[in-house]
Amino acid sequence: MIQIENLRKSFQNTEVLKGISLTVNDGEIYGIIGQSGAGKSTLLRCINGLESFDSGTLTVDGKSVDVKNKAELRLIQKRMGMIFQSFNLLERLDVYENVALPMRFWGIDRKKPENREKIMNLLRLVGLEEKLKSKPRELSGGQKQRVAIARALVLDPDFLLCDEATSALDPEITKGILALLQRINSELGITVIVVTHQMEVVKQICGRVAFISDGRVLSEGKPEELFIKPAAPEIKSFLRDESELLPKVGTNVRLYFTGEGSEAPVVTEMARELGRDFSICWAKLEDFRENVYGSLVLNVKDEDLDDVASFLNRNGVSWEVIGK
Amino acid sequence: MGILSTTSMASVLLNAFWQTLYMVFWSTLFSVLIGFIPAIVLTLTAPDGLRPCRPVYEALSFLVNVFRSFPFIILLVLVIPFTRLLIGKAIGTTASIVPLTISAIPFIARVFENALRETDHGVIEAAKSFGASDLQILFRVYIKESVPRLVNGVVLLIISLVGYSAMAGTVGGGGIGDIAIRFGYQQYRTDYLVVCSIILIVFVQLIQTAGNLMYKKMV
Repeated sequence: MIQIENLRKSFQNTEVLKGISLTVNDGEIYGIIGQSGAGKSTLLRCINGLESFDSGTLTVDGKSVDVKNKAELRLIQKRMGMIFQSFNLLERLDVYENVALPMRFWGIDRKKPENREKIMNLLRLVGLEEKLKSKPRELSGGQKQRVAIARALVLDPDFLLCDEATSALDPEITKGILALLQRINSELGITVIVVTHQMEVVKQICGRVAFISDGRVLSEGKPEELFIKPAAPEIKSFLRDESELLPKVGTNVRLYFTGEGSEAPVVTEMARELGRDFSICWAKLEDFRENVYGSLVLNVKDEDLDDVASFLNRNGVSWEVIGK
Repeated sequence: MGILSTTSMASVLLNAFWQTLYMVFWSTLFSVLIGFIPAIVLTLTAPDGLRPCRPVYEALSFLVNVFRSFPFIILLVLVIPFTRLLIGKAIGTTASIVPLTISAIPFIARVFENALRETDHGVIEAAKSFGASDLQILFRVYIKESVPRLVNGVVLLIISLVGYSAMAGTVGGGGIGDIAIRFGYQQYRTDYLVVCSIILIVFVQLIQTAGNLMYKKMV
């Protein structure tokens, strides 16, 4: 478990982290999302000691991460594999040697049969067992990231930290990498922390997410809760929902679909039961780890609002009036 | 003019060529071995290094610049007492290795520093994230990733030492360049001048081609 309490960090005179508190539980896939420059990468770098922090506490299973205590820090770093946006493979080493590199840092004999077997198993896991003699420059971006993932797992970490790991990849490749991360989480039981600015990443794999803006955690929770009904204007603008063009007459009502009952034909039922007409102005349905969530904006006549409200409340649909 | 027949021209040039090789080989070897040390210190203490330390970096950097800005011909004379101390004499092919090495050290230190510092910072970061020590990062990442660039630097060094060795004639170093000056220029023997130039051009081209091939193999 990673516990962060009121973490602060400044570069020169700019405060980048302004009192971050969050907890990552064992076995989950935790997302840290936000605009670039929000401080999310700095936060991740603090977690594995690549960056120091000014105040607050940061503990991994009760042990505090302290860059001054090098011996202790190395042991914590060994428990955390990390992957990066630019893959960061050694250009002059082949795939096998790149994966074996962390072993060499720890004095583990990479040529021992059991270690060789382990590296081969990891290469099989990421689907690159046939590329072990290739140099990074002969690989595609997705393949490079797979090598980096295998490398990050070679010391049997308990955590896998991903710093914008899919930002340099195209959508199809990203899906493959995300599926791999999910598999690593469920099959190997490794806790995954994902820093990203891509909504799709959070939507597809994260069980919980923290939205970071200007060095603060604005919101923390399940992605579907955070993003279908965003509270903070920063999150709304991040999702760019403000671009909806809504009618100026009548009342615009936004209905939220959060998991259960998403499939129920609420709108047509309401139209039939109330005998009224509405126009559907805007809708967005999104896939959050197999479940469909979304929101839909109806334009109703002002005089119908009370009936619509009571229907929605009776059927347990969450809603709000917008644009007023 | 009987002393400079065609057969003696060949033997003079062959002898001079061996002298050039001898001077360039040893001064390259010594300057690479010695120059690597300041190069590593510069790399480690640079602002983007593993142990940034401004005073050390600036001081060493200044020293390197001072030695690099010395005209070689002046250095040649200035180090005579040191050469005598080191190898017992100040004149001759072996003696000229000392000033050649001294002038090459700051040059190769700077070239190596640039080569090492070109290492992708992300890769260093990745190594750190796996708990690598600074020493491991230095050898397994910085140096390992820079080998092709370091080889390029050595090729650059060899070629400039071939040029400098021509001046070594001043302290009796001999070599192709020395023949070109003494026979070709001072005695108006254009044939010597031409042949010496061709030898040097071919020699430099060969080194450069070999260097390029090695670079391609290593990246």
